[in-house]
Amino acid sequence: MFNFPEQLIYKISDFIDIGVDWVLSNMRGIFDFIRLIILNIFDGTEFLLSAIPWWAYLIILFVAGWRLYSIKTGISLTLMLFAIGMFGLWDMMIYTLVIVVISVVVSILIGLPIGILMAKSKRLEKILKPILDGMQTMPSFVYLIPAVMLFGIGKVPAVFATTIYAIAPLIRLTYLGITNVNKEVVEAGLSFGSTPMQMLVKIELPQAVSTIMTGVNQTTMMAMAMVVIASMIGADGIGGEVLIAIRRLEVGRGIQAGLAIVFLAIILDRVMQGVVKKFERSV
Amino acid sequence: MASIQINHLSKIFGQPKAVEKAVQMLKENKDPKEIGLETNTTIALNDVSFTIEDQELFVIVGLSGSGKSTLIRCLNLLNQPTLGEILIDGQEITQLKKQELREYRRKRVSMVFQHFGLLSHRSIVKNVEYGLEIQGVDKETRTQKAYETIEIVGLKGWETKKPHQLSGGMKQRVGLARAIVTEPEILLMDEPYSALDPLIRREMQNELLTLEDYINRTIVFITHDMNEAFKMGDRIALMKDGKIVQIGTPQEFFSKPADDYVIDFIADVDKTQIFKARNILRKDQLLVRLNEPRQDILEKMDEAKVDVCYVVDDKNGYLGQLNRDKIAKSRMKTVEKFVVHIEPILRNTYLKDLWNRFENYDENLPVVDSKGKFRGVLSKDDMISVLAS
Repeated sequence: MFNFPEQLIYKISDFIDIGVDWVLSNMRGIFDFIRLIILNIFDGTEFLLSAIPWWAYLIILFVAGWRLYSIKTGISLTLMLFAIGMFGLWDMMIYTLVIVVISVVVSILIGLPIGILMAKSKRLEKILKPILDGMQTMPSFVYLIPAVMLFGIGKVPAVFATTIYAIAPLIRLTYLGITNVNKEVVEAGLSFGSTPMQMLVKIELPQAVSTIMTGVNQTTMMAMAMVVIASMIGADGIGGEVLIAIRRLEVGRGIQAGLAIVFLAIILDRVMQGVVKKFERSV
Repeated sequence: MASIQINHLSKIFGQPKAVEKAVQMLKENKDPKEIGLETNTTIALNDVSFTIEDQELFVIVGLSGSGKSTLIRCLNLLNQPTLGEILIDGQEITQLKKQELREYRRKRVSMVFQHFGLLSHRSIVKNVEYGLEIQGVDKETRTQKAYETIEIVGLKGWETKKPHQLSGGMKQRVGLARAIVTEPEILLMDEPYSALDPLIRREMQNELLTLEDYINRTIVFITHDMNEAFKMGDRIALMKDGKIVQIGTPQEFFSKPADDYVIDFIADVDKTQIFKARNILRKDQLLVRLNEPRQDILEKMDEAKVDVCYVVDDKNGYLGQLNRDKIAKSRMKTVEKFVVHIEPILRNTYLKDLWNRFENYDENLPVVDSKGKFRGVLSKDDMISVLAS
């Protein structure tokens, strides 16, 4: 009487499984190819970031904090980075940073054009808005499943899942930035006979740049959150350290790794927000 | 050189299907307000027709919601008219293709906005040269032109500043410079001075009137301020609910107001503060050149049945005037000796400042613009009748 009737139960999971199986058996080649590309980009980026000596990171961060805010901020950001190294997590941090950087760059490359198209096309706006809402409310673990299916275990699915999870705010804020450009400024651009491309490059994007930068910042923070969860599918890095700590119930080790993640997130956030503010001031 | 002819122009805002229905109902002569409510559309312009002459300073005045902004945006097709046509020098523009429309906006028309519409990410000079930049003018030429225009509007020295470093009045000067740098035939000004404080506003109004003598453009000027309208306009159109209530010279508004709404609207206008020589000057005088033979000039004067004619140079610059009686008696071949130079009046001079010129003088006074070009004559009788009425 109070239970949901048996005969109305109809699971869609079977169909999704069939679909995924079909994709896997027929499009294996494509995913292997993508896997290879991501792998190469990953190794290249890791090589680059590891080639910079540890003290250079500290100096660059100090100068950035000082220029964007004050000497005090510069010092405290530098101390946080130093602490990560002191915890013995430097190499893991670089690994985590590589995943975040690749995800953010790929998000920009894909998200920026999508955001622009969304601002230009009413139809695309109607289709994408609910999808973006869905992407941002979907539990992040769910993204791990297709990632593992398509790319197996390791860093490639980690990059994939992180990117998919983090791309939504960038699309949304690019769209928002462009649609919110002052109406008279848009009219002025049109009244001088700008082509759509000139409108975009010379007026809309420069006017929207601080909003878009806020989107990049949010995307970076989302990527930071996801990269820890992605350790469950075989990504190393600080997230991996947390996972090990949980399995072995090593409280100290877990908190230490957690702190490192917090520090890294604060550093990335502050630096990027400083850059956003710089843009706002110049506009 | 551009005259603007507007024929039965209507603009209805709303969903395409609703607009279609509203058009149908308009044709059945239903009340516009009812149509708006029933179809959920806004009828911003309702069957408007008039002509703006070449090089005229034409003012459209009306309260907010009267349709004046919609109308001016139809002239560069920021608003696509629903019905009717717009002819620029006889060429219909509402059906232009994308590329043609872009050309039209680039070369022939430009706009000044109420809140300036400046590009906040660009310096002043980069703002001013925008119109030239998108036309593909090379960097050196456009920068040089931008600098020249910035000097014309009185902002020399501010070229590399950003818009947020400027005051409201200065921002609007940038807006004006940006609009005239492309040398358009038509200048559209959408309440350009409404956002400025009164002192700056008056200064800018006078500057535009002077600038107008130098740039020879057809100017369409929008305002909600009747004093401003009368001060600026050669002719004025008063709008209400998407229709034109009255159209004419400032003088005509006072001598024969169309209805009570017009009387109400002009009640607060101070005539001595707005009437200038240009508003009541008599045009179509007989103009002659200095090197014309005396006999020819005499014949021309007889043909035109006038006693006085005016001598101008090849750019219509005022040189003096000739009296028929004097040259008729002479036997000389030329008229050079008989030219009388009477100190001309600037056409933007207020009538109230001209009383002393007529104190011991009953003849017509010549009127020139700030470039010295002959524009017509001012008669004492006209002046008395305008200010006395």
